[in-house]
Order: sequence, then C-alpha cells, then structure tokens
Amino acid sequence: MSDHSAIRNPQSAISMTFTLNGSPVSVEIDPVDRLLDTLRYQLALTGTKEGCGEGECGACTVHLDGLPVNSCLVPSYQVRGHRVDTIESLDPRALEPFERCGATQCGACTPGVVMTAWWIGQHADLLRTHTIRELMAGNLCRCTGYDGIVDSVAEALRETGGGRRET
Amino acid sequence: MQRREALTKLTGRERYVDDLPLEGFLWGMTVRSPAPRGRIAAIRFAKGVDWSQFVVVDHRDIPGPNVVALIEQDQPVLAADVVRHVHEPVLLLAHPSRDAVRRAVRSVEIVVAPEPATLDFRVSPDVLKHLKIEKGDVARALAQAPVVVSGTYETGAQEHVYLETQGMIAYLEGDVLVVKGSMQCPYYVVKALQHALARDESKVRVIQTPTGGGFGGKEEFPSHIALHAALLGLKSGRPVKVIYDRGEDMAATTKRHPALVRHRTGLTRDGRLLAQDIEVVIDGGAYVTLSPVVLSRAIIHAAGPYACDHVRIVGRAVFTNAVPFGAFRGFGAPQTQFAGERHMDVIAQTLALDAVELRRTNLLREGQTTATGQVISDGTDRVAVMERALELSGYRVKQRDHATFNATQATLRRGIGLATFYHGAGFTGGGEVALKSRLRVAGLPDGRVEVLSASIEMGQGTLTVFTELAAARLGLAPEDVTIAEADTARVPNSGPTVASRTTMIVGGLVERAADDLRRRAGLDDAAQGDAVKQAIRRWHRDHAGGTLVGEATYEKPPGIEWDDTTYRGDAYGAFAWAAYTAEVEVDLRTCATRVIDFVAVQEVGNVLNPTLARGQVQGGVVQGIGWALMEECKWRDGAMANNQLTNYLIPTSDDVPSIRVAFLENPYAHGAGGAKGLGELPIDGPAPAIVNAVARATGADPRAIPVTPERLMELLEIADLGLRIADSAP
Amino acid sequence: MLPGSVPEALELLASDRAAIPIAGGTDVLVHWPIRLEAHDRTYVDLSPLDALRPLSWTADELVLGGLTTYWDVIQERRARDEFPLLAAAARQVGAIQIQARGTWAGNIVNASPAADGVPVLMAYDATVVLESRRGREEVPLDCFYSGYKEMQRRSDQLVVAIRIPRRRYSFQVFEKVGARRAQAIAKVGLAVTHSEAGWRVVAASVAPTIRRCRALERLLETGFGPQGPDDLFPAISQDVAPIDDIRSTASYRRRVMARLLFHGLREQWGRRA
Repeated sequence: MSDHSAIRNPQSAISMTFTLNGSPVSVEIDPVDRLLDTLRYQLALTGTKEGCGEGECGACTVHLDGLPVNSCLVPSYQVRGHRVDTIESLDPRALEPFERCGATQCGACTPGVVMTAWWIGQHADLLRTHTIRELMAGNLCRCTGYDGIVDSVAEALRETGGGRRET
Repeated sequence: MQRREALTKLTGRERYVDDLPLEGFLWGMTVRSPAPRGRIAAIRFAKGVDWSQFVVVDHRDIPGPNVVALIEQDQPVLAADVVRHVHEPVLLLAHPSRDAVRRAVRSVEIVVAPEPATLDFRVSPDVLKHLKIEKGDVARALAQAPVVVSGTYETGAQEHVYLETQGMIAYLEGDVLVVKGSMQCPYYVVKALQHALARDESKVRVIQTPTGGGFGGKEEFPSHIALHAALLGLKSGRPVKVIYDRGEDMAATTKRHPALVRHRTGLTRDGRLLAQDIEVVIDGGAYVTLSPVVLSRAIIHAAGPYACDHVRIVGRAVFTNAVPFGAFRGFGAPQTQFAGERHMDVIAQTLALDAVELRRTNLLREGQTTATGQVISDGTDRVAVMERALELSGYRVKQRDHATFNATQATLRRGIGLATFYHGAGFTGGGEVALKSRLRVAGLPDGRVEVLSASIEMGQGTLTVFTELAAARLGLAPEDVTIAEADTARVPNSGPTVASRTTMIVGGLVERAADDLRRRAGLDDAAQGDAVKQAIRRWHRDHAGGTLVGEATYEKPPGIEWDDTTYRGDAYGAFAWAAYTAEVEVDLRTCATRVIDFVAVQEVGNVLNPTLARGQVQGGVVQGIGWALMEECKWRDGAMANNQLTNYLIPTSDDVPSIRVAFLENPYAHGAGGAKGLGELPIDGPAPAIVNAVARATGADPRAIPVTPERLMELLEIADLGLRIADSAP
Repeated sequence: MLPGSVPEALELLASDRAAIPIAGGTDVLVHWPIRLEAHDRTYVDLSPLDALRPLSWTADELVLGGLTTYWDVIQERRARDEFPLLAAAARQVGAIQIQARGTWAGNIVNASPAADGVPVLMAYDATVVLESRRGREEVPLDCFYSGYKEMQRRSDQLVVAIRIPRRRYSFQVFEKVGARRAQAIAKVGLAVTHSEAGWRVVAASVAPTIRRCRALERLLETGFGPQGPDDLFPAISQDVAPIDDIRSTASYRRRVMARLLFHGLREQWGRRA
C-alpha cells in the first residue's frame, strides 16, 4: 500500500492499541501522524474528511471518549488506550430525519456534521443552555445554508423525545 | 423524491477523489512563481536532496502546445520564460511520500527577475474584452431628465470554499490516459488534455468523481490540475494523485471577479426610470480564462429587472497580475446587481421616495423590454413576487417597529432592506446552440433505464432531478432509473455543469431522450410504467447483445433571437425573478451586523423538488450573506494573503438566521418539467438587500462590500452620525 | 516522548530544554502537514497525565488542573454559577470540537495576545502554578507575560494548576469581539470584574500581551465619569497599543474598546469604590 504519511522511521514508530468503533485495534504509527491521517490512510476509514487542516471546518470530526473533536488536531499517539468513534459506526437508521430534511448536498461536510449532530442527540439536555446553531458552529457547510442541517437535528431530537424545539 | 445519494453521503460512504484506493501512486505537487510579474532567471534545486528520487516536470515535457485550452489560448500549463502572477505553476514534482514532495517543493527556488506588476484593476489599461449594450438614446435622455442620480459601487473577490479541495488522479490504462477527479465539466478537461498533450480524443478518458462542492470554482480550474497530474503520470509511468491543501487551494485557484460599477440614472421626479448609463469594470487577473463571458452576463444584468427606454451599458474586463479570476455562482450578475439594487435605494433616498414604490414603478411589466430589447412576456407578475416578499417579511410593520426601536435603544439599530432582481438561465444568446449538448437514455436488459450525460452532481441535485424527470416521463419508479457515472468514455457531452442549466436545459434533454428511447423500443408516446419496462426487455431479447439508446440534442426554443455583434435580442430563454428582504441588527459599539431575518421569494417556473430547491436558495443566500458582510480577500502582490479558514471567514450556523423561502410558480414551457434555472439566482440578491438594510438601520451609506465592522465604523465616523448616536448616554 | 506520570514529564522537560509539552493539540497541530519544521521537534505528551485533568474546589479557591479543558468548566455547574465569565469565555472559544480538547493551561502558555481564556482568568486574579524538577513556583497571571509571546515559564516547567480565589463579585462582564459569532479569533477581548479586591480590567488583542489596564482600573476606582467613549481614550492609550493586522485595525480596536467599556460599565462609572 502506498505511503500516505511521513517517511516511516522504524526507530520512532509507536505501537499502540485503542478502541475504534467499539473494537480494539492495534496499529504502528509515526509520531507525526494525526488521527485524521491514521484513520483515512492507514485504516482506510475514509468517511472522515479533511477540509482545512486547522480545526476550523469540522469536516474531520470524530468522537474521542464520547466528545466531538477535530481529528486533524489530535496526534495519533494520544488516542492510545482511548475510545474513538467515526462516522462508519453510525446506525444508518438514525439518519432518516437527515435525509428527509435536506441535511446534505455535496456531502463533503456531512460526516463531520453528522458526528456532531449525533453527539447533540445524545446530550439533549445541552439545549437548556445552548442552541443547536451554537453547537453546530464548528461544522462549516457551504452548500446548505444550514437550515437543512439544523432542521434535521431538531427533527431527530423531536423523534427521540429529547430536547425542546429549538433552532 | 428525496436526494437519492443522501444516505451514502450521510454515512460517509460516498468516495471523493482522495478516498479512492490507489496502488503504487505518486503524490504530485506544484512549484509556483513567487513574483507577480517577471522573467524566470533561474530554477535552483537545493543541494542535500536526492532529486533522482523525484519526478520533475517542466514546460519542456509538454507534448503539445503549452496552453490550457479554454476560450483563448493564452494561459500556459507551466510557465516557461515569464510569469504573470504569484503562484503561477512553473514545475511539477512527484514522489511516493507526500511528506517528501512537500519538503521538495520548499527546496526549489524559482528565481524571477521582477518587472513592474499591475495590481489595481481600476486603473489597468490592459483591456481583455470590451462589450456594450445600447438601447434608445441615453445621452439625450440623460440631458433631458429632470433628475440624475449617480453612484459608484464596488464588490470584492470571493473565494468558493467548497469543503472538498481540488484534486485529481491520473494514470494510464493501456494507451489511454485516465483522469479522475473533482470537477464540474468533464469535457472541458478532455479538451484541455487533448490539446496540451497532443492526444486523440479516443486516448483520453475523464471521469468525474463525487464532487464536494463547486460553485464555479471547479468549472475551469480542474483542467490545470488534470494536466499537472497527467504530465507527472506520463513521465513517471505511475499513477499520480494531486490533492490541494486548503491554503494552496485558496491562494492559487480562481475567485469571483472584483468589480467596479458606475451608475448615472435619469428619472422623473416621481421615480420613473428614463435613462440608465452604466459602466462596468471587472478584474480578470493575469489570463483571460472565462472573463469575457463573466463580463457578458454582468452587463446583461446590470440594468436590473426594470423597464427603461434608454440604456447604455459599457463593460470592460482588464488584465492585472493578480491570480486569474474565474467562474463563481452568479458569474458577473451578483456584482452588477449589487450595484444596481444598492443604487435603487440611493435613488430613493436622494429623491425622498419609498424604496418599494420606486421598484413598483419600474419593475418590468408584461410586454416591456430589457436593456437588450428582449420582450418579457412570460406571464410572471414581478410585482406580485415583490409583494409576497414584503408580506412574508412583515416589511412595513418592521419598518415602523424599527423606527421605535432605533429611537429608544442605546447601541443597537435595526433595519430592513429589499432587493428585486433576476437571473437568466442557460448560456447567453447563442451559447446553448453552440454547445450542441447531447444526452442519451439507454434501456437496459432488465428493463431499467440509464441516463448518460456529462452533467455532474456536486450537491445541487442532478442525480435526483434527472431520476425524477426520467421516471416521470416513462412512468417508472425511481429505482428503475440509474444515472451513469460521468465518464467521457461512456457519456455524451451534455455541456458543462454551470449557468443554472442542468435542470432546465439538460433536464429537457433527459425528457426528450426518454421519449426517443420509448419510440425505439417500439412504443407510442403515451406508454408508461410496466409497458415501457416490458418493451425494453423484449427489445433486448430480440436483439441479444445490442444497445437500445434514446438520444436528444439541444434545440433552441422557438422565438429566441440573439445578435452577438450588436448585443441585442433575447439574451436568455428564460429569466427567473426574485425579491429578497434582509432584516439586520447593527451593534454600534462594534459596528458588527447580524442578519436576524431573511425572506427569499422567487419565481423559477415549476419547482420540481421542493427540498432540493429550498436547499439551493438557502445555500446561495448564506453565501451572499458571507460575501456582503465577512468574506474579504486580502491581497499581497495580487495573491490572497489570508488564505486560511481562520482569516477568510464564511458564515457558521450561528451567524445566519433561518432563511425563509417561498416560490411562486409559473411553468416555463421550454424547461424540463416546466422549470427554469435556479442555482445562481439566490446569490444575486442577498448582498444589496443586506447593505440596504444596514443603510436603513444606521444612516450610513455603504457603496462597497464586504461591509465589515471596520468599514462601517469608518463610514459612520465620516458621516459623524455614529459619534452622536453611539457615544452619548441616552 | 510519552511520560507516564507528572514527575516523569518533569524529568523529560528538564533533560531536553527544547522539548515542547503538548496537551489538547489545538494550537500545536494547526496546519501540521505544511509546518514541516514543527515535525522535527520533540514533544512531551501530557494527555495521559490524568492527575492534571480534574478541577477542584477548596473553601477559598477554584483550582483548575493543568489539563482541565474548556468543556470541563462549561459542564461544571458550580463554576458556571460562581465564575460565570469562565463559562462565557469557554463557550466562545472556537466551537465544541475545540472546547472539548483545548485546555486553560495551554491557552496560557501559548501566550497569544488574542487568547480567549487568559483575559477572564486574569480578571479573576488567577495564579499560575508551575512545577519543575527544581520545585514549585507560583506566578500571578497578571505578572506572567513580559512581552510578545514571552512569559515567566522556563522550558523545564509545566503548568500543573491555575488557582482562582473565590470572591464575591459585584460586577463581571466578558466581551469578545470577533469577525463572526463562533470560530473567530478575537479582534478585541475584554474582561472586567469588581470585588472586594477592587476593579480588574483586562484587555486582549490590543497589545503585545494580555494585560490589566491599570489606568482604566484607576478611573473606575476614583469614580471618573466619562461623557462618552472618547473620554476613555487617554487611559486606553496608557494601557494598550493596538495595531493594524490581518484581522483588524488599530483605530477600530481602540474605538471598540472604548465603546464596550463606556456602555458596558454605564452603571459603574462615576461611583467611588
């Protein structure tokens, strides 16, 4: 397989194990690898996207120990012993409101959007102190104008009975 | 019908070019000019790098002409002796390790003997295109007009920020060069590859991969990257992948043309337009690219959706040594309509007229003509479109409420602004005829049908709309329709995915090709559903191994006449019409503007898919909000200095309100399913509506966008209003 | 370098003066693939040092750990109640993805003049607790910065805690002016508090360092009553020195600061402490 990341230096390679989408995974990584690189190029989980490399756009959002983070800003070695969940672990049935409400157009921001939205759905009590728009502000979208995304999150929350009607 | 590929995208299974598995490939990168203008004096490769490990390509490796074929043949693939803009490609490098090639790019020095660069388009003498529209006698009408109002308006460049950066893969399959990647126009790429690589069409195959946003930014630019990847691939004999980093993408690729627009308008005292004299200048950057066509659309839309007997619009696109500007949603119309609609409010203010009544007086009525003499007789009540926007937004009530609010608030000001505008769908004038778009619908052995076209999906809904059109035409279920991958080895040239033409025009070809398929399957035109499927299956049983294909080629609708030499006649088969309102709140402490409500009303023929159509409007409006308030390109030597998402800001979900959308429907007879083009219209209106609202709210008079807090504060200081309002305790 | 404990981390920092501690990575990893020179440096991974993560309460203090994140504080109800500016600032740092990883200590040692966490910590009279092999050192945050990106931290020291005294605040406000509502670097940041310890006025993005504005504090202490924002310009000029940069202009920053202070403290001006 072609080398997508830095020139491998066997002396600096780090062996690590972490829980990925619920299962233990062992990999050898280079210290310069970002979690985004390890996921996309080493583990061939290309659902997580790179949009900016600077933690602005959120296209690379994954869950690290249950919190949404930008995987472009996480050194791979930091996930050893921790839990990482990516878009690939999502139950597609949970996505029906997103299909219906027009949450996706070109799809480039979508996995990141869905990861953040999924997390909001699991913490509906956040809507007592935050709006959906504020919680989604770390996921840039250039196609939808955000209504499709916000409506989808609100709809998903309504259906699971969590959270008040709030955009 | 819901977006057919939605679940694939929502689950992350959609594979964009950088997601595709690829064996044994090299990463390709570009070495670029550091100077805006000059002669290449030397190219120095640093010592300490084993250059034998790298594939190195320069202009001498180009088999054919060193030209990226587009309208003109002026832009080189790789600079040979001279450079004309910062970031102009000079060399290409490839290596199996992405890190190594990144380091290598830093280790090549392009030494340029600099020459003076032209960086201010307002004073550039180098015209790349002149165009003029004339109707009546503007000079006389202006001289006789009771009132003349002048104004000068400016719009800045805009960066597309598609969430998927540009990228291409190139490899050889036998003696066929295959190029795959993110693009809007597979056949533009074919043409560019054929030309510069001196290859026959049969030896070039271009495949569009799922494209993560385009907005025009992937109309012409992908040809460059395709050529870069191909040259590296041909030289190395290995597959090559080129993926732009965000910073490189923002700095080195095309942006919306900056524009300067001057209006001199003659009116009666009660606000009826008598004469419109308009000058348009746009910055083309260092090469021609698509500037002539952007200029064309800009001037055609410059006079707005109004009736006026005497119009003169003079436009020029000029060369500078900026990174070349290119297609961006709206394609010149947002620039001139910002100017025109802001000018309408300036006129209203100057003549103490109501901005709504001014528009009501002048909006085109049935039978009246545009600046090019096109008779508008589509049956749309443009005043009703405006009235609906006023009604939905609560415009009049809000105006009254704002007056109270502004009088009692210490530091907040609110205002509501209006823009009425239009957008012609499809290529201008004879453009669609020249494209000769073709499309096929094949009947498959199992009875399903396959739509074959070069019109791509980039989020705007092509896959879904073509499915719906084919299914509706033949009475099939959506599952019985498949859309072929946009692979030039298989699909005909249905034209580029631009100009809001895909549903209206190419969709029409889907319908007609479906009809043709039905006939070839031996059915009459009324056959639907199972009868169609059975007939297709039967045909295949009777013609084992054969191909059953319906075809359609573009035919100009009757009654459209355009003269390209005089720039008169029917510029477009159909115009879509719109009225948008923006309500803003300005915090005088920071002069930051928030859009707190936005209503978008438009007439776009029949709305084929409400969810998709609404999404297009909302997306375009938010791009317009960004362009009006926060998207600013900061230039150094004609290149973008703020080429990061931290310092080129696009709206987040928390920066915009819910965009309220309404459609008035008036079927367009010559558009697929009665539809008109929709994709670009929504970005023409937001900027002037917002700036008009800001003017209302604060008393400032912005004439340029973006209206950043810094600019607004300056305007208010100059007007001395801000000091009196913000700086005293109530 | 992957230390298993705080003492081990301190050993590593002492032995390699060029080693860089890394916590959430939200500063260090920005643009990582194109910052090739950063790849060759040595990093000390603090993330497994669980002892540094929790925040704790004593009778007199809220103590943030060396690895306490913005999100940790947003979630902590008592912190929201007693130190509302912490949550207010934390919510305006980037967005949730950044808040989940960014640490208060990291914000302090990144020493950006536009930092989001530092102004509110400084307005709450926070003290930075530094550990090294040579022992513990405590530096008040308002004495921590000596110049642009220069601070009272030796390269062998680690921030292990941030101590915030518990006080009764009669007034507290935080304003961050960015180019948009989220994911924005501050053009002007202001944190203002009043307690029995007096007034604290802290400004960000208007000087090479984040700092207390002593001239402005004196105006508040002495009951100065401005007629308009312009009356604050002399004190502002003494306290800060805004510049033109890619994000904004000096003139804008100065005016915004004056207006935020004038209007935000409307009830406070003209009252003696």
